[in-house]
Amino acid sequence: MADVTNDPMALSADAEAPRVEQESRWVTVRRAFRSAPLTAWFGMVVIVLYIVVAIFAPLIAPYDETEVVGDSFFEPGTLMFTSDTVEDGRAFKKDLTTHFDGVIERLEINSENMRDIFITSDAPEKIFVKKFVDDPEWGITPQQFDSFAGELRTYLAPHDFTEDALELGTDQIGRDTMSRMIYAARNTVGIALVTTILSFTLGSLLGMLAAVVGGWTDNILSRIVDVLMSIPQLIFALLLLTILGANVINMILVIALLDSTRVYRLMRAVGMNIVVMDYVEAAKLRGEGLWWLIRKEILPNALAPLIAEFGLRFCFVFLTIAALSFLGLGIQPPTADWGTMVRDNAQLITFGQPVPLYPAAAIALLTIAVNFVVDWMLHRSSGLKE
Amino acid sequence: MHPISKMALQRLALGIFTLFVVSVIIAGAVEFLPGDLAQEILGQAATPEAVAAFRAEVGLDKPPVERYFSWLGGVAQGDFGVSLATKRSISELISARLGNTLFLAGFAAVIAVPLAVTLGMLAALYRNTWFDRLVNVSTLSSISFPEFFVAYVLILFLSVGYGFDARWVLALIGLFLLVEGFGAVKEGKRIGRFSVIGTIFGIIGLAMVVNALFGWWNFKVGAVSAFPSISNISSGAEFGERVHRSFLPALTLTLVVTAHMMRMTRASIINLMASPYIEMARLKGMSPARIIVKHALPNALAPIINVIAVNLAFLITGVVVVEVVFVYPGLGQLLVDSVSKRDITVVQGCCLIFAATYILLNLTADILAIATNPRLLHPK
Repeated sequence: MADVTNDPMALSADAEAPRVEQESRWVTVRRAFRSAPLTAWFGMVVIVLYIVVAIFAPLIAPYDETEVVGDSFFEPGTLMFTSDTVEDGRAFKKDLTTHFDGVIERLEINSENMRDIFITSDAPEKIFVKKFVDDPEWGITPQQFDSFAGELRTYLAPHDFTEDALELGTDQIGRDTMSRMIYAARNTVGIALVTTILSFTLGSLLGMLAAVVGGWTDNILSRIVDVLMSIPQLIFALLLLTILGANVINMILVIALLDSTRVYRLMRAVGMNIVVMDYVEAAKLRGEGLWWLIRKEILPNALAPLIAEFGLRFCFVFLTIAALSFLGLGIQPPTADWGTMVRDNAQLITFGQPVPLYPAAAIALLTIAVNFVVDWMLHRSSGLKE
Repeated sequence: MHPISKMALQRLALGIFTLFVVSVIIAGAVEFLPGDLAQEILGQAATPEAVAAFRAEVGLDKPPVERYFSWLGGVAQGDFGVSLATKRSISELISARLGNTLFLAGFAAVIAVPLAVTLGMLAALYRNTWFDRLVNVSTLSSISFPEFFVAYVLILFLSVGYGFDARWVLALIGLFLLVEGFGAVKEGKRIGRFSVIGTIFGIIGLAMVVNALFGWWNFKVGAVSAFPSISNISSGAEFGERVHRSFLPALTLTLVVTAHMMRMTRASIINLMASPYIEMARLKGMSPARIIVKHALPNALAPIINVIAVNLAFLITGVVVVEVVFVYPGLGQLLVDSVSKRDITVVQGCCLIFAATYILLNLTADILAIATNPRLLHPK
């Protein structure tokens, strides 16, 4: 057979065979994409966008995730402006009080440096901004409030950090919301991805094991999964987090374990259908080991439903982590994370500031995108024709 | 014995057994607590005598099995022990809050169930029309939203009265109509009213998008501040007051659950409509209304009951986050507070109630499904 390579026919066939196969695969992929509905395209574009933002977060974000760049602008109760440029605090105070006569209840200037200016009210905390916004007696609308803040900023112009970078303002301790949103893409999505991968590895390995080995292994594993699934997942997670203590590592482990039960069920069901196939029987008779059966016979044939399931599980894990972080039991500060950001800024919503909605919308958008893509994939693989 | 009641009894026994296993897990949770529970609560500075006295007081000095059965005995009589953090009776803490949570979940269910089932059926019957696609896209988005997102959006527009440009909403609807209209025109082979509808859709949609871009016509939506954003319900509140105060949390839950329920109803009805007996009825020339009433509905009952039960169970998890957002004095709020305080006895009590409700709901669904569809008595 050594002289086969000298045969021009054989050579050309050899060279051509892989190319043709590659081309046809490329064509299938292209055809699939061309027939993708608008929603699927939307989903794919959004997912790619999130990935880019997550990978290049340090390059995109104007400030660091924990860097304090401004003052706690939105904190209810107190408005604080700091500047090195206010030469005469007293004059500024006079200006302000005459200009905003009847609007500001009390205006204080830090007597130590004569530069930090506090505008507060005597009323209990949190009343001030609310009064500002919706009490008719004060006669100031959110728009007026914004222009008021704008005037203050103009006054402090040389130190103006709010010009372009702080599109979304600062959070409760003066970190740039935009930068934290960008870093959170990395943290939140990264942690959700790690959890999903962990849950998938565990669930699918055990599921295939149960399908291949059967008997007692299958019985015991399935009964454990039944019990784990008989308690709502979030409730179980809360119980486990009480015992282990609420932190990121524990959260990842707990959610991965609880979520792997669903993967196990799916994998076992799919595996059961594959195990009875003749080629698996043949491999068994050939004397192949357990690991070979799982890796070479079952896994490649179970891949299609697994990929769609991965998307669904990711959404679920992502939402659970967001919920736990929102409840203060997941990702802990100062790590930037969307769920925690919603929690931290939640108060602002009652003052007519939509700030907590930005991180919440970031979560919602990614889940929608993944769901759209998964929906399209499921629709394709189910073979339903419109 | 009737086979159905026999099956129901079997399921009941299985449910009770599951509940038992779950209670063992919840009670056993303390055993896995790293370190000593008493030491953890009293702090590192506590003297060994104080720790020993505390252990005796709470009953930690007894062996686990004995402790479990005395706990279970207490639970059976409605006594969940005392909170480790506040030393108050847990039954007292729970009883008022359980009522509130059930009220909230019931409120949401009363709106969500009829709404979801009706819309789900309509989407299934008008399958592959613009209505179905609209329902599909909006429910898919809605199940992707975290509960707190829905909650804060509702607060912003129904409680704070923020208001937003209706132009952009109109533009979104316009885009949808444009796409739908384009699709309808492209399927021009079905001439007649379809392409007419497509053209009309396209024109209206285009007008809406152009309106938003140039900002001609505008009005504000969602500038309502009729509902409180904090649902602090006192124990003696009137019914009307309760409904008003818990309106936003209930609406949040409704929106989240309805989407799930609708999708599942749609899927099960479509599945049903593909079965051979429906095709047979259609082929022999039965009217669509008769097919639905005579053949589809009786068989649809079992899957719909299942869908409802699954989603009511889903409400249980949703309730936790929603209660925290609205500071609603319910069981979920208590659970979250206790988890962050690591007040394990309260967490146990709450978890047991949530788990029991969940198991009971699934059990009821199982039995009802079998009762309405005796074929399930004989699994393949």
